[in-house]
Amino acid sequence: MFEESYDVAVVGAGHAGCEAALACARLGLKTIVFTVSVNSIALMPCNPSVGGSSKGHLVRELDALGGEMGKNIDKTFIQSKMLNRSKGPAVHSLRAQADKAEYSKTMRQVLENQDNLTIKQAEVSELILKDKNEVSGVKIYTGGIYHAKAVVLCTGTYLRARCLCGEAITHTGPNGLQAANYLTESLEKAGIELVRFKTGTPARMDGRTVDYSKMTEQLGDERIVPFSFSTDPDSIQKEQVKCYLTYTNEKTHEIIRNNLDRSPIYAGVIEGTGPRYCPSIEDKVVRFADKDKHQLFIEPEGLSTNEVYIGGMSSSMPEDVQVAMYRTVPGLENCKIVRNAYAIEYDCINPRQLYPTLEFKKIKNLFAGGQFNGSSGYEEAAAQGLVAGINAAMLVLGREKITIDRSQGYIGVLIDDLVTKENHEPYRMMTSRAEYRLLLRQDNADLRLRKIGYEVGLVSKEEYDKTVLKQKLIDEETERLKNTYVGTSKKVTEFLIENNSTALGSGSSLYELISRPELDYFMIEPIDEKRQDLPDDVKEQVNINIKYAGYIEKQIKQVEAFKKMEVKKIPEDIDYNDINGLRNEARQKLISYAPVSIGQASRISGVSPADISVLLVYLKSRKL
Amino acid sequence: MFVSDTIAAISTGMNNAGIGIIRISGDSSFEIASKIFFTGSGKKTERFDSHRVYYGFIKDGDEIIDEVLLIALKSPKSFTTEDTIEIDCHGGNLVMRRILDTVVKNGARIAEPGEFTKRAFLGGRMDLSEAEAVIDVINSKNEYALNNSIKQLTGKLYEKIKGIRDRIKYEIAYIEAALDDPEHYDLEGYYDELKEKAGKILEELISMKSSFSEGKIISEGIKTVIIGKPNVGKSSLLNILTGEEAAIVTDIAGTTRDILKQDIKIKNLSLKLIDTAGIRDTDDVIEKIGVERAYKYADEADLILMMMDSSVPIDEQDIKLFDRIRDKNAIILLNKSDLPVKTKTEEVRKYTDKYVMSVSAKDESGIDEFKEKIEEMFISGKIGYNDEVIITNERHLFLIDDAINSVKAVLDGISAGYAEDFLSIDLMNSYESLGKVIGEKVEDDIVDEIFSKFCMGK
Repeated sequence: MFEESYDVAVVGAGHAGCEAALACARLGLKTIVFTVSVNSIALMPCNPSVGGSSKGHLVRELDALGGEMGKNIDKTFIQSKMLNRSKGPAVHSLRAQADKAEYSKTMRQVLENQDNLTIKQAEVSELILKDKNEVSGVKIYTGGIYHAKAVVLCTGTYLRARCLCGEAITHTGPNGLQAANYLTESLEKAGIELVRFKTGTPARMDGRTVDYSKMTEQLGDERIVPFSFSTDPDSIQKEQVKCYLTYTNEKTHEIIRNNLDRSPIYAGVIEGTGPRYCPSIEDKVVRFADKDKHQLFIEPEGLSTNEVYIGGMSSSMPEDVQVAMYRTVPGLENCKIVRNAYAIEYDCINPRQLYPTLEFKKIKNLFAGGQFNGSSGYEEAAAQGLVAGINAAMLVLGREKITIDRSQGYIGVLIDDLVTKENHEPYRMMTSRAEYRLLLRQDNADLRLRKIGYEVGLVSKEEYDKTVLKQKLIDEETERLKNTYVGTSKKVTEFLIENNSTALGSGSSLYELISRPELDYFMIEPIDEKRQDLPDDVKEQVNINIKYAGYIEKQIKQVEAFKKMEVKKIPEDIDYNDINGLRNEARQKLISYAPVSIGQASRISGVSPADISVLLVYLKSRKL
Repeated sequence: MFVSDTIAAISTGMNNAGIGIIRISGDSSFEIASKIFFTGSGKKTERFDSHRVYYGFIKDGDEIIDEVLLIALKSPKSFTTEDTIEIDCHGGNLVMRRILDTVVKNGARIAEPGEFTKRAFLGGRMDLSEAEAVIDVINSKNEYALNNSIKQLTGKLYEKIKGIRDRIKYEIAYIEAALDDPEHYDLEGYYDELKEKAGKILEELISMKSSFSEGKIISEGIKTVIIGKPNVGKSSLLNILTGEEAAIVTDIAGTTRDILKQDIKIKNLSLKLIDTAGIRDTDDVIEKIGVERAYKYADEADLILMMMDSSVPIDEQDIKLFDRIRDKNAIILLNKSDLPVKTKTEEVRKYTDKYVMSVSAKDESGIDEFKEKIEEMFISGKIGYNDEVIITNERHLFLIDDAINSVKAVLDGISAGYAEDFLSIDLMNSYESLGKVIGEKVEDDIVDEIFSKFCMGK
């Protein structure tokens, strides 16, 4: 039998698997990554974009930590847009249309050129366990055995995958790829609890059959902002493709209503739970019956293909219904479907079995990331893959594992939600899930997380020094503005009146002037005589910090309170049955979730403040 | 909630006793004290020495609220082991509440039930063997407070808060949906819409707050229950004390078949007076329910007024009642002293250690003496309000105030032209505050609301 030994084995080479494998290999560990098809490395089987509201934040954070996704999309995007520009800085979010084939190909090259990294096309069929609670490698379907000190599972939507297009059901993974049918049994044997989720994707059309003149053009930004903090903005300004907007109508909805009995979801054929945020067009029509139209975004899949993606119209209707309904849409009257829309069902885990480090609680050396953890989306997957990969590496290296908490980043919110909260659908990041979002902006992800990336070893000294310098310049400039006073001079008075602001009666610092709603850092330049020229990103930070100081300080206070609870750790061997005074529901939940800190315990649904008090008193009395 | 922020509470019972103590504990307690405490000569005190008593005044802005003694206790030498300030003031609900108000305005928050005890324990102040006891205290206090808050809030007020909260939730979800999916939902013209809606919510919260304060005083009276056998004159007593014909008085035993409630004042004390159905063994279904309720009220009472008819001898039923009220604060009134006496006070004392006195509801003799007795019992501390009820109430009021301030911040934000995501934060704060009033923890409310009300989707 063929046998090999590695430090880390990563199962799956999608967005999570790529990040996990790269992180381990870059930290000097001998790493192997398995994929059912080398052609599907970093495949984008659904929408052709990276980022979007709150997902853009994830990518920026991942980049700050030393991940690859941001760099890869900067190399392969074909349109880019900063969303929510008219809103507050906390919700600005970057989204780029990707050239799917290029994205995948470019990422594959990065993997192939990475030292210490081996790519292997194979279906992993078994976990190899040493004792009952420790993993020591994996076995592939063709028989080979790969010993590993740590294993990271990133199986995405491939486990026992089943695709549905009306009555036609195939046992394949996304895009007709081979499913992974054997691993589930081995996971169950190891005591891992699995659930079944569902998601879907719309049809792809032949672009030549689409009449764009009936649709509204959607253009990219004039000045493109890169995802990666390492990408020089000037290097990526380029010509961008157009996307288009069109709508469904009553006719579309009528066809759907008339054929609901043929939809696998409404006919009860689908067992998995689908996401509420990404409903199929059937769902939209049924659940929002009062809406007479739904928006559709027509997005190109790449520069080297005619295929276009029909965003907003995923479906699992039979082929004939699909053709009929798509053809009711203005501009799609004569469309030809290249790939049908379909729904996909797959096995994933209940992520409450994981620590916030993404390591399994009950099985040592085993980590998990991505859609396998019950999330959804490329960005969510990549972010978890990176954290799982880093921690697998930390384990092998005997170093301390990292946890990103809710106050440090959207990545922290994502992972904490997954491992702490009841979740019955593929989890999608949303800006409303981040309670400290004024602090977790996409513009300051480097200031928040570069240090962790540097300490881990994925960010170079040079990159890190850039962040340190940026912070220093921000602090100095803010201090200068606090200590620079202007008075009642004619120039200042005229300036203020000209800008619809109140003239000063006595001296005021520039800092105070910037705080006025009608003014900002950039506007007051004419009366700020000693201003030095600073980099744009520094100016931006200074302006945001001063303008929103009131809100930001409030959130900083909340974070301090939050941190106090996070550092109160609960020992692993705590026996909740030994604690009198806990309500039964709380006791059961605490036993099954095994939270690592008082903070995490307090976020479990069904654990009340009184239960937390009891827990605190118990820990104190045991001097734990 | 569990961190060492600074908490405050009235730590003596909320009664009209001679003095009251307001206790502040936590890192900012000294700082708060220097903001609100002024010496006799009107100066601020920048530094308080530990375990010293200061004489002076508490001011809210320029207004003097009360003349007080202030005691400063530096950590760890205090009950909670935290920096603690105790303000001894001149009692009186209003004065104490205003001082507490001022303390909160300057940075403290109202303590949770049992929180001082909890902090004392967590500070290592108590013996470890007391841990279990502390847990019990926390639990029972929380349960008690919860029961009470729900009791107080059943009905209209609860519905109202829930209604306002749902409306706030919808607005947050709308903004968040637009932020998450800006291409599906835009916020064009939303400022004006929100301004109107928030303005309306603000009005309602303010009017709720004032009705809340009024309702509070009533609900805070000493719960006083009149019990006794049928036709001993319970309803007549109620009528005398209220000065109006609240109860129907007839010679027919069992006229009061249900419960009558009246709020009255006796010597500046607020009493919640409850007249109950006469207690006797009966086959009448409706009367039976009345009797059951009478027992229930008696069990929950702060003070029981047990009435007897002195013109008839003591019987089994009376003795049963003596037994029932053994552990309660009670006064036994021998009514009908205008008629020939068959049962004397001395005789009753053989059965019970409660205070016994003769009165006549008919010619009102003995009523003044009776009122003085109640006042005496109150001042001596024998009877009192239940503190926790007041804390709960007080917390509610402050939480509603928080909600009001947050909604005001929304309106200010609109005027200042702040982006919608900031408005959403203030809306969320008001949503959370109102949630605490009705005992609801915020979980995935907003996300759920977004998905149920707005069609999101790729």
